[in-house]
Amino acid sequence: MTLDIAYFAWVRERMGMAAETVELPVGVATVGDLVRWLAMRDARGARAFAEPERIRAAVGGAMVGAEAPIGDAGEVALFPPVTGG
Amino acid sequence: MIRVTVQTEAIDVAAELAAHDAGGHGASASFVGRVRGDGGLTELFLEHHPAMTGAGLTALAEAAARRWALDALTLIHRVGAMAPGETIVLVLASSRHRAGALAACEYLIDRLKTDVMLWKRESFADGRVAWVEVRGTDRERAERWG
Repeated sequence: MTLDIAYFAWVRERMGMAAETVELPVGVATVGDLVRWLAMRDARGARAFAEPERIRAAVGGAMVGAEAPIGDAGEVALFPPVTGG
Repeated sequence: MIRVTVQTEAIDVAAELAAHDAGGHGASASFVGRVRGDGGLTELFLEHHPAMTGAGLTALAEAAARRWALDALTLIHRVGAMAPGETIVLVLASSRHRAGALAACEYLIDRLKTDVMLWKRESFADGRVAWVEVRGTDRERAERWG
């Protein structure tokens, strides 16, 4: 299954890109699985996702927790805790 | 009437207030958030999600309008690069009596700090650039509203 991933703020900077399309390996079913897989995939991922507890996610336009299934969301956004206002 | 905007252009507070207040509401409360030049800050950059930032602000605005039966609500958040003194966020809330307008205003500014896809990056005169970290006090204030 292919998945579009969008990165924001320092996650985007550490990944060196704002978005990518990946072919998900078998066994990557949740947001937490995705973050762990990206952290192991390459050096940029290791830097961006060294502290998974500092990563927030949105699946199909809704903010979700690490246990949330990716399903056939189409797009997952990964980002630091928000700081607007 | 609910008006929610995410914009890169400067926020014209006087013009927004005039437009908002054209209905002659019984009670109107406002919050204006500005960039502080603390610690030699030269630029504040607000990153946003092209779709979800506006959707998140709209969801909060609709929740506030329902909860306090608002007659009018204007919620404008600026994104992109800003200089000290410029307006980041404007909330104008109107209801028949002051309690609803004041509470809605406070609710919106508290919750948009924790619920909406926006990220602040600070640049300083000495060359430092840093993403703003979440403050525990912001989280506590947002959680008060349930």
